[in-house]
Amino acid sequence: MLTIPQLFAQESDPAAGKKLFNANCAACHKLNKKAVGPALKGVSSKYDREWLYAWIKNSSAMIKSGDAQAVAIWEEYNKSVMTAFPQLSNADIDNIIAYTDYTPPPPPPGEVQANTTTVASSGVSNDLILAALILVFAILVVMLILVNKTLKRIASASGVELVTKEAKEPRRPLWDAFVKNHFLVLMSVIFLLLSSAYFAYGYLMQVGVDQGYMPVQPIHYSHKIHAGANEIECKYCHSSARVSKHSGIPSLNVCMNCHQNIAEYNGEEDLDNGYTKDFYTKEIKKLYAAVGWDEENQEYTGVTEPVKWVRIHNLPDFAYFNHAQHVQVGQIACQKCHGPVEEMEVMYQYSPLTMGWCINCHRETNVKVEGNEYYAKIHEQLSKKYGVEQLTAAQMGGLECGKCHY
Amino acid sequence: MAENKTYWKSAEQLKGENPMIDQLEQKEFAEQIPVNEFLGDSETLEDSNTSRRDFLKYVGFSTAAATLAACEGPVIKSVPYVVQPEQIQPGVANYYATAIANGFDFASILIKTREGRPIKVENNSDVPVFGGANARVHASVLSLYDVQRLQGPKSNGSDITWEDLNLQVGAKLKALAVTGKEVVLLTQTFASPTTSKIIDNFIKVYPNVKHIVYDTVSESAALDAFESAYGIRALADYDFSKADTIVSVGADILGDWQGGGYDSDYSKSRIPHKNQGKAKMSKHFQFEANMTLSGASADIRVPATPSQQKNILAHLYANLTGTKISDSLEAGIQSKLDKAIQALKAAGSKAVVVSGIQEVGAQKIVLAINNYLQSKVINVNTPRLIRQGNAQEVASVIEAVKKASIGGLITVGVNPVFTLADGAAFAEGLKKLDLSVAFSLKEDETSLASQYTAAVPHYLEAWGDYEFKAGNYALAQPTIQPLFDTKQFQDVLLSWTGNSQTYYDAIQENWSESILGSSKWNKVLHDGFLVVENSIQNNYQRADLAVEASVLAAAKSTGLELVLYTKTGMGDGQQANNPWLQEFPDPITRVSWDNYITVSAADASAAGLKNINVANGALNGSYAKVTVGETTLTLPVLIQPGQAKGSVGIAFGYGKKEGLQEEMQVGLNAFQFYNEFNDVQNVSISLADGFHEFACVQLHNTLMGRGDIVKETTLEVFNTKDKKYWNAIPMVSKNHMEEEVTSEGVDMWQNFDRSIGHHFNLSIDLNACTGCGACVIACHSENNVPVVGKTEVRRSRDMHWLRIDRYYSSETTFDGDNQTKDDIDGLSDSLSTFGEMEQASENPQVTFQPVMCQHCNHAPCETVCPVAASSHGRQGQNHMAYNRCVGTRYCANNCPYKVRRFNWFLYNQNDEFDYHMNNDLGRMVLNPDVVVRSRGVMEKCSMCIQKTQKTILDAKLEGRQIKDGEFQTACSSACSNGAMAFGDINDKDSEIAHLKENDRMYHLLESVGTKPNVMYQTKVRNT
Repeated sequence: MLTIPQLFAQESDPAAGKKLFNANCAACHKLNKKAVGPALKGVSSKYDREWLYAWIKNSSAMIKSGDAQAVAIWEEYNKSVMTAFPQLSNADIDNIIAYTDYTPPPPPPGEVQANTTTVASSGVSNDLILAALILVFAILVVMLILVNKTLKRIASASGVELVTKEAKEPRRPLWDAFVKNHFLVLMSVIFLLLSSAYFAYGYLMQVGVDQGYMPVQPIHYSHKIHAGANEIECKYCHSSARVSKHSGIPSLNVCMNCHQNIAEYNGEEDLDNGYTKDFYTKEIKKLYAAVGWDEENQEYTGVTEPVKWVRIHNLPDFAYFNHAQHVQVGQIACQKCHGPVEEMEVMYQYSPLTMGWCINCHRETNVKVEGNEYYAKIHEQLSKKYGVEQLTAAQMGGLECGKCHY
Repeated sequence: MAENKTYWKSAEQLKGENPMIDQLEQKEFAEQIPVNEFLGDSETLEDSNTSRRDFLKYVGFSTAAATLAACEGPVIKSVPYVVQPEQIQPGVANYYATAIANGFDFASILIKTREGRPIKVENNSDVPVFGGANARVHASVLSLYDVQRLQGPKSNGSDITWEDLNLQVGAKLKALAVTGKEVVLLTQTFASPTTSKIIDNFIKVYPNVKHIVYDTVSESAALDAFESAYGIRALADYDFSKADTIVSVGADILGDWQGGGYDSDYSKSRIPHKNQGKAKMSKHFQFEANMTLSGASADIRVPATPSQQKNILAHLYANLTGTKISDSLEAGIQSKLDKAIQALKAAGSKAVVVSGIQEVGAQKIVLAINNYLQSKVINVNTPRLIRQGNAQEVASVIEAVKKASIGGLITVGVNPVFTLADGAAFAEGLKKLDLSVAFSLKEDETSLASQYTAAVPHYLEAWGDYEFKAGNYALAQPTIQPLFDTKQFQDVLLSWTGNSQTYYDAIQENWSESILGSSKWNKVLHDGFLVVENSIQNNYQRADLAVEASVLAAAKSTGLELVLYTKTGMGDGQQANNPWLQEFPDPITRVSWDNYITVSAADASAAGLKNINVANGALNGSYAKVTVGETTLTLPVLIQPGQAKGSVGIAFGYGKKEGLQEEMQVGLNAFQFYNEFNDVQNVSISLADGFHEFACVQLHNTLMGRGDIVKETTLEVFNTKDKKYWNAIPMVSKNHMEEEVTSEGVDMWQNFDRSIGHHFNLSIDLNACTGCGACVIACHSENNVPVVGKTEVRRSRDMHWLRIDRYYSSETTFDGDNQTKDDIDGLSDSLSTFGEMEQASENPQVTFQPVMCQHCNHAPCETVCPVAASSHGRQGQNHMAYNRCVGTRYCANNCPYKVRRFNWFLYNQNDEFDYHMNNDLGRMVLNPDVVVRSRGVMEKCSMCIQKTQKTILDAKLEGRQIKDGEFQTACSSACSNGAMAFGDINDKDSEIAHLKENDRMYHLLESVGTKPNVMYQTKVRNT
């Protein structure tokens, strides 16, 4: 977060400039790096302020008028015209320039020092406490042994006979008693059989159920960042869920809709798991390598390497499932089956995807009929027949074998 | 002492001097086993026979490894596009309009593609002509994924680049042009305006090139006759939907006669619609030698040998024009001909006469008769352009090649070495030419004899433009990137002329210059066709045909006459490597995987030829030595009811060896008998040793008066009698009272209310069904039905979900059968009479009946399944959950229709069944919406539930009601004849609901009380 010292506020406001920059400029410009347009850091020192006003408000007019600087930059960027921003006032532009010129002041050295030392000391103290505790315990143990030894010596000296284990009359061993008791044996055999059957059944029923399957993907793609932090709609990327049986894994050109401009990660980090900014930025570079994007020159090289994702949700061949039916017609939220994807750093299979699980949902879920002309007649007739207000998917025929198996 | 005692094993040991003994005592083996050396050296390993110990080691290790590996589930990778094409959505099919024109089959079609793979052919129903695909066209999508296709150009058998090929051939062409030696361009019929232009330009650059069109199965006589009568080399077109009387003399109008494609119009005139109480339909007379689809559908079929057919045509002509002929016809034929003439005269301009006799005189007479009748059925103004071959020109080329008197031969889309009667001599000549190039899909006989083989793409990978019929244009577009390193003939020809244009550019240029007019290119490409109004009037040039008529009248046969024909499944044999077509049972003989000689029962018994059913019911046939001229082939014999006495038939298209998988190399090459491109030859046959094992799917051929299977009546009865007379509902006795089997009280079952939602029904009109089999292949393709091969078919294990039963009458008519059955008196009479009724009549009536799962509302299969794998849906479909099936086969045993199919083996990825499902390329044709069944489960027709569900989902997504006609099955959408109609009977205004109420409607084996959702429409014959 930027903390803006007061003195800037009087002339132009970098904070306001940041807002304007993000709203108007960020699609094509970055501060430190060439994007569609040039990097804007320190742009005020390169060009005259008045020239900048004119350029930003209507660049193409300047190019037409033959302004040397304007033509030069136009040609440098493949003769692509910058969008005109006549709605920006000079003050707005001043603010933006102030933002592009703004370098956050280095934090006061003392503060940083203090901060690091506290962190360091707290780390050291934990270890120290642990070491001290261990030491105390060790001393205690040694003391107890010594006390025991001394007491024994005293006892032998004073002639007290220590009670030793006597050879007692042989008792009937427990196992023998158990074996002799036929009823108990029978009951325990039954118990054992039942419990092993229970566990065997449980084991067999989970064969092929991959709930919780969380494979390592070739690119560490975080749904938490995309769907969670940035609140990107699921169907923006998985667009074919609207029309097709497959939700589809987005093709890389969809990624590049955003990542053409987002080359590095600047969000929150999760240091415990090693998810640093650097880590995420490296993953973005993997995308660039796969799609063949040359960051330096901002162009596609044409050399591509399709990403081989590991498929997580695998329905068997004989089960037919259609995303469009559920997502578009049934208006069911993706999370209903896929779980809290927006919280998943690594995607995993949330639901068991078993037939029982499908059927239960069909029994409980009402058919979404509002505004769908297709259901008009059939819903009216069927709900009258079953005597209900709202039909479930099961009543609509969603339990018939052939609806999913063909 | 005991310690000192030594036992010796040999004299050598006793002597104790041999170091070898020491060594042997120390070591068990004289030398270390060289395991490392052995296993490390892959060459020795490959050469050596693995010892028993090694074998056990490998087995042990691999078993352990396999067991360990099996503990973990497989990791499935998903690879999305890098850049997804705009029009492709995974899981959503795209359709493209294109056209097939392979020299034999011509049609405008739609191609269904999934994720960029063409998976199915659909009819393009918007096209006015050639919009219906036949069985071969439906199967052609599988030929795209043929592993035997050429993967790149070749030069003398070794691979070559296109650049080198163009350079080398270009140089040779130039050299030949300098010397002026003739080069012949021998091509199939293209019917392509732009290709003609490109060839013309090629000839301008190389004036020594001569273009000759060669139709593998010639229609040259008809073309010559039309040319002399109308001045254009083309074929008359016919619209049989306008016909009241059709007289065909040897023309298989429902088969491949003159390019085929007439069946849908024909069927339109065959459905009797009652109008003010009186129904009308066309009357069809068929005079033919072989039993054909046309003969089977005809109202009156007369067996006649080819020479008799010529006499018949002469008499017909004489009678109509009022001339006299001295020779007289056989009495039986004469009476039928009189009837035909009477009907022709009564029908006036709605009458038509057609003929398949390959003689220019006969074809001239046909045109004269139709002109005399002022027939509106024949269309000479927009004639067909899909056969252009000239037998005489081709014959001269053959002579020139044999003598090597020309410089070069370029063949395109034809395989003359295989399809010429003296192919071997042709191949010898071809090898002597300075230049020989074969443009081919396969490394076939001709390309093996040529210096260069130019690999061409399949039509689904290619551009093309066609004019099937004057003014009726079609565009073909690629539906997939070329799978192999192939180039279109037109592209190569353009580059040989030094033109940098591509064929695609050339088509666009030609169309915008001379065809498109005010139409838009994108629109035509989207629709696949363009009809340009044609106001040309072709006038009949009258000629005196007395000589031709007298030649025909004088025709006499000397011994047996052989009639060569093309089969519905195989055609001219271009797609012989297509397992769907090999396994497709011939509609008439019901034999798959073979060609054979069809012989009439009388001729067979005279020659001692036999057909027998062996213990497991399968069909065996004697072999016969068949001799035409100096060529003799030994072919299996199939006794064909209805075959004209004195004639035999053999199908083309079989017996190919090159570019063909071993399993498909069946039958013998009948082109060897095709002397002078005449499909009629004098032949002699004699019994040969041994019996041939046929793979015939129908073992019982006659109906034996069982009227509850096929109901048939005559137009007269249909018009005059009550429905109860000709389409009665079977009665059962309940409490000693006769009651209709369909009535509520008779039923043991509880009825389920199906009045809400959709209730699917399929109607099959036996009058419109010509037995063409397009539905069978469409079903194969839609539902991933496996191919099982000849031996399995012979064991009755064919997997067709949809079969077309063919029944012969035992008497001359099916009515006669019923009469004979009713007249049976007593047990002994019934035994002998039924025995006789198993034999088909010499000239039987024939009827086709497509049978698939009847989707009974009271299904016998559902009640016997112990695991409830078979269950019923509210929408009327009988569901089959494959993953639930344990393979008891109770359901199949309890099915009265015998439509359930059992997977005796794993038919995919199994080397024992090496068809398309055993290779990666062939599996690309599989429909991803239908599961591929595994071994041990039952399968059957699902009434294309994947299609009905898709239609419902589309409506839901768009939030609308479903319109009539939207619901389709693979078979109903493939049927261009209108014989199959599918829909929702709860939609009271739909076509299917009306058909359900139709008087002709009946259910198969209604007396069983299964209440099927498939219904049939009684066949009405206009006798």
